[in-house]
Amino acid sequence: MNFLAIRAIYRFELARWFRTLVQSIISPVISTSLYFVVFGSAIGSRMSAIDGVSYGAFIVPGLMMLAILTESISNASFGIYIPKWTGTIYQVLSAPVSAFEVVTGYVGAAATKSICLGVIILATARVFVPYEIAHPIWTIAFLVLTSVTFSLFGFIIGIWADGFEKLQIVPILVITPLTFLGGSFYSISMLPPIWQKITLFNPVVYLVNGFRWSFYGISDVSVGTSLGMTLLFFFVCLGIVWWIFRTGYKLKQ
Amino acid sequence: MKPIISIQNLTKTYATGVHALKPINLEIHAGEIFALLGPNGAGKTTLISIICGVVNPSGGVVKVDGNDIIRDYRASRTKIGLVPQELATDTFETVWATVQFSRGLFGKPDNPAHLEKVLRDLSLWEKKDAKIQTLSGGMKRRVMIAKALSHEPKILFLDEPTAGVDVTLRREMWAMVRTLREAGVTIILTTHYIEEAEEMADRIGVISKGELILVEEKSALMTKLGKKQLTLQLQSPLDAIPESLAPYKLELADKGQALVYTFDTQATETGIAALLKRLNELGIDFKDLQTRQSSLEDIFVSLVSNPS
Ligand SMILES: Nc1ncnc2c1ncn2[C@@H]1O[C@H](COP(=O)(O)OP(=O)(O)OP(=O)(O)O)[C@@H](O)[C@H]1O
Ligand SMILES: [Mg+2]
Repeated sequence: MNFLAIRAIYRFELARWFRTLVQSIISPVISTSLYFVVFGSAIGSRMSAIDGVSYGAFIVPGLMMLAILTESISNASFGIYIPKWTGTIYQVLSAPVSAFEVVTGYVGAAATKSICLGVIILATARVFVPYEIAHPIWTIAFLVLTSVTFSLFGFIIGIWADGFEKLQIVPILVITPLTFLGGSFYSISMLPPIWQKITLFNPVVYLVNGFRWSFYGISDVSVGTSLGMTLLFFFVCLGIVWWIFRTGYKLKQ
Repeated sequence: MKPIISIQNLTKTYATGVHALKPINLEIHAGEIFALLGPNGAGKTTLISIICGVVNPSGGVVKVDGNDIIRDYRASRTKIGLVPQELATDTFETVWATVQFSRGLFGKPDNPAHLEKVLRDLSLWEKKDAKIQTLSGGMKRRVMIAKALSHEPKILFLDEPTAGVDVTLRREMWAMVRTLREAGVTIILTTHYIEEAEEMADRIGVISKGELILVEEKSALMTKLGKKQLTLQLQSPLDAIPESLAPYKLELADKGQALVYTFDTQATETGIAALLKRLNELGIDFKDLQTRQSSLEDIFVSLVSNPS
């Protein structure tokens, strides 16, 4: 195992992030605050509590998920797309590193950023709403698992994309709608029955609900199902990444 | 001596259907400077990219220091430094960060002293904290060389290292390559500048349309294929070459003012003595004469235009 290579990639990727650290911290703080001002206070004050949880507190896990999904994907996809685009990927391809080490370095760095972001949002939210975390271990587990899974997903997009547009398409066209429709801001039991059924095909529903359960012990779907679906998506991404390296898809001629 | 790189029946067909390499067989000796010459699209970059792991081979076997490039890729790649043809740098990073990254990527522990030496040798030390985007093209190319040297490779591939590099810098690079060779590094370079191969290489391979048409010691190549030309400046111009001189295949040059005789240095009988005698008999006087040895460039052009 070439640990030094993993460390080199990880350190290099995080260094890029540190250079824009202020921006990286400020922007989630601002956007979270805005969400709480609009949804938490302005609208939330007119909403009744959901399963005994105030609306402001109810949206905290969903907001975190929304940010983690988009950030994981964009960080990881840019992380691998940029060297492909500039051509510096040649060095990774010619280095004595295995696929596992490359992925661990890039995905690890992207997931680290997402986890930090999640913590920043959590801390910012505390300023606006009081909340308690019922199962902190599970919160951490879901946070890490989701960050890693969607960083893997972003990595795949970064390899697949051959232009900046493609890089943006999946997050904008797929992830954002799925997250908004995935029960981040509402309980799916508030939907008409037919939509409750359709929603169950949205994988984000399981992520958000599992995560929310770890906070408040409430969930629209069973926690086991949530965890199962998240793990399933994780393994699907892992399988695709494995295939990419085995075949050299879009990496090697 | 065991070759440091051995290539057997290596082929490459790109997804587009281009046969970039017909079966290539080649051995590179440890410690030599090998120059790969060939016109655009000959397959030089493809060959190098396969050995370094950047492109997948379609068939054949390549071993680096006894390690198969696919099965034992870690062992083979650890020994190799690659400076590709295209400029590709981490624009927003500093020089230092990018060479440090390269070293780590190749599994070598941090060693600031070594990196400092590499940067100093390439006159980049003053720029170590500069962002790469602020460097000139020639400096960027040196950064790429620094990256390749950061992990102390035993074998260095330079794919057109001096393209777009000014004369002074080119000489500096040549000096650097020689120093590396003295330190025991094997160097494989491609170039379009024949003078570069002539100046530096121990051996030369000529590749054309995916085929290695010749591999030879430089000196042997120069003598073997080297033609010499004897030019005689005549006292009075000739309109035509006399019939009796036909066997010498002479050419008239300089509006009949000069006679050019091309001969093979390898031949037992160059025919110069006989020719001069013949001219004397015919009463053709000359005031001056020079001989010229053909350069690698002439050899190269004749090889590529009509491969034997
Ligand atoms: N990625 C690719 N996909 C398809 N064909 C390719 C690819 N790269 C190279 N080729 C083709 O393979 C052949 C050999 O190209 P290569 O780059 O190895 O040549 P070269 O000798 O390095 O040329 P140059 O002196 O211009 O650098 C060319 O016909 C080229 O068009
Ligand atoms: Mg080339």
